[in-house]
Order: sequence, then structure tokens, then C-alpha cells
Amino acid sequence: MEAELNQAVSLGTTIMAAAYDGGVVLGADSRTSTGNYVANRVTDKLTPLTDKVYVCRSGSAADTQNLAAYVQLYLHQHQMELGGDVSVRTAARLAQQIVYSNKAMLQAGLIVAGWDARDNGSVYGVPLGGTLLKVPFTIGGSGSAYIYGFCDKNWKPGMSEADCHAFVVKAVSHAMARDGSSGGCIRTIVINKDGVKRHFLPNNEILAAYGELQPPLPASIAVGGGGAAEMSP
Amino acid sequence: MSGIGTGYDLSTSTFSPDGRVFQTDYAQKAVDNSGTVVGIVCNDGVVLGVEKPIVSKMLVEGSNRRAYAVDRHAGVAVAGVAADGRQIVNRAVQEAVSYKNLYGDAIPGRVLADRLASYVHLFSLYWYSRPYGTASLLAVYDDDGPQLYLIEPSGAGHRFFGTAVGKGRQAAKTEIERLKLHEISCEQGINEVAKILHSVHDEEKPFEMELAWICEASGREFKRVPAELAAAAERQAKAALADSDMED
Repeated sequence: MEAELNQAVSLGTTIMAAAYDGGVVLGADSRTSTGNYVANRVTDKLTPLTDKVYVCRSGSAADTQNLAAYVQLYLHQHQMELGGDVSVRTAARLAQQIVYSNKAMLQAGLIVAGWDARDNGSVYGVPLGGTLLKVPFTIGGSGSAYIYGFCDKNWKPGMSEADCHAFVVKAVSHAMARDGSSGGCIRTIVINKDGVKRHFLPNNEILAAYGELQPPLPASIAVGGGGAAEMSP
Repeated sequence: MSGIGTGYDLSTSTFSPDGRVFQTDYAQKAVDNSGTVVGIVCNDGVVLGVEKPIVSKMLVEGSNRRAYAVDRHAGVAVAGVAADGRQIVNRAVQEAVSYKNLYGDAIPGRVLADRLASYVHLFSLYWYSRPYGTASLLAVYDDDGPQLYLIEPSGAGHRFFGTAVGKGRQAAKTEIERLKLHEISCEQGINEVAKILHSVHDEEKPFEMELAWICEASGREFKRVPAELAAAAERQAKAALADSDMED
């Protein structure tokens, strides 16, 4: 136990972002681990950089929190100079520059996504070494390994907002079912010209993945120790 | 040192009693005596035109440039001290490159104009420096469309639909005000600029005209107007001028 807690607080994670017709959907699980100890089961890994640009964080919790804070600071300063909103590209570029120039010290895999008037919804991947890639959708974190096939098969260009949102929730729930370092709840954000909408899916409402047991019903949790006897048909 | 208000023109770091900085006023005079530089914003881009007196018959044509590309989407034409102008152009290039490198986007016109104005202004702040004797017309085509900015030696920057600096500025500005700028394209715009430059040039001395633009026809890149088009604009301007002389 002692050795466990001495390990770094890490976002063994599932994160993703996908562009649809007029915007983007970001999604993440909510588990933060210290070894196999769950340090936080309701973490928010979707962090705002500006009003309409968010970042999905994976890797070291400390590194990515501070990185996001720096990018926020620089973007706010830059917005003063511009007299308007920064583009998603600029936000991603700034994050990438910081990751790249400190790559020896950082453990941070980011996905920057958001909406701007020029490019509509856009998604940028900023993986470990500090590459910058513009992509229609991307996944990250330890849990992403389990859902590459699912995402490659099910992401379609020009999806509706509802379809894209359902796709993200489904993908993240599959990753959470198989990855021990991902779990808890599913947080998603939809960003488009009308603004930012947050959604929260509690753990007990996540649909079971293939081969998984049905999650216990809320009633059986509320009545302590009742168990199977009190379960309705 | 006799009389009130004298002796205040040697340094940029001292105001005169009536609130002027004479060194920046003198710098502006260097611009006012220069060849005319005209800029107009048309409905599809920006046209810049420069009137350059030919200082020697032995001068190689096109060797004394005053319009420079600063980035693909931006360019500057300078009036006044040409050598000072080149420093401003160099700075504009640096700003454009470093912005692109840091933020991943092309520098917006407003930001470039602000930064150039701040740069020019620095030289009117310290006793050991002299203000630039150059006014710059900055043409940009970015996400917000075509834009024209003027940066004065004092460090003041303005955005215009059309303006002129140099010797013939008054007459040129009157001519520009007569144009229906939002109704003409840059292809018509170069003719109008050529006409203006020829009409405000009243001496017998020969001059060379330099035309640059950024518009659909130039692929939204800042470029010198192609030689054939510039020559056609010049012929047309001379003809129009001859016509109006006949009427007088």
C-alpha cells in the first residue's frame, strides 16, 4: 500500500474528441489513479482553454493541469492583443509548443478541440513527443488501445450532433469496460456556434459492454445490505 | 535660444511649451516632401501605388523599390526616407514570421499594424534616437477581408478605406474620396491609382510608377501588379489626363 501511494498521480485515462457537422464532441472517463488506488473517481479531465476551446488531458495529472493553466494564461493575453477569440489552431499550436520544448520533463498527452468561425469544429491531437496533428477525430489515454477498431469503424464524416455524441459515449464506455485505469463516470462536452454544453453520465447509467454484468440497480444501493432479495424482477 | 518655444526641437524626449514634439513633426515633414504614395481598398482587395521621381537617367529601372511583400497576405509601401522604410519592412517581416511560428496562424492585419506602430513609436521616446522619417501604407488580406493601414512617424496608426501620403496627398485624397470604392474591383482600382498618381504629379520631371496589390487576381497574395497590366494602367492614365487637358 505504502509503495502504491508513493507513485505519481496519473490520469490512466480514456479521452477522445470527434468533429461533426457544425462542431465537436469531447469525451472522457473520470478516474484518477495512484497505482491501483483510485485517487478521484469523479475527475474532470475536460479543461477549458478559452470560451470555445477545451483540452482533454491524459498522463500526469500535475503536468497536464499546469500545462493547461499556462496555455490559458497565454491565450488570455493573446486575446487581449487580438481583440477577439483565438482560433482552435492557435490554442493547439501553443499547447504543442510547450509540450515539445519541455518534452523531457513532461508526461502529457493532450487533445485540443473547439469551435471557431473560420474552421468550425476542429480537433487537434498533441501526443507525448509534442507533435501537432489536425484530425477529424482522435482518442487518447491507456483506455484508447481497446477502442481503435470501434472508432475506426463507427466514426463517419458529417455526423449529426446527436449521432456524434452517442458515438463518443459508446466508445468511452467500451474503453472503461476493458481498461482497469479508466472508469467512473463519462463526461462529455459539445461545442458549436451556439456555445458549450456539458453532459454528465453517472457510473450506474453507463450501458454494460459486451460480456459485462448488468450494473446494480440504484434501489439496491440505496437500501444498504438488501442485495438480491430486494431486487425487482 | 531667443523667444518662447525655441530650443525644444533637438530631442524627442522634451515637449515644447505648447505640447509638441518637434522631432516627430520634422519626421512627418520628410514624409510630406516625398513622392506620393496612394492606397485604396476595393471590393476584392487593396491596391498600393507609389510615385518615384527618377533621380538619374542612368538609374536602372525598378531598382529603387518602395513596395515590399511582408508575408504572403501582407505588404507595405513606404513614403519618406527610403532607408528608414526598409527597417520598418524588415521589422514587419520579423513580426509576421514570429507570429506564424508562435501561434500557427498568419498575423492578422490589425495586430501587424499595432505592432508596427508600437515599433515606430519607440523611436520617438528616447533622446538618443531619431524618429523614422517614413510613413508606411500596410495592405493586408486576412480572415476579416482586405484592409489598409497607415503608420505615421509619430507611431500613430490608422485604418483607411483609402488614403495618400507624400507631396501630392491633398489632391490625391480628394480624388480618392470621389471614387465609389466598394463598387470597383482591384483591376479597375489600378487604373484609378495610376490616374491619381499621374494627375498629382504636376512637374515636368519624369517619374516611375510602382503598383502592388493583394486581391483575387493576385491569388490573395501581395504581389507587384504584372508589368502588362501596370503598363496598360499607365497608358490609360496618360490618355485620361490628356483628355482632361484638352477640355481645359
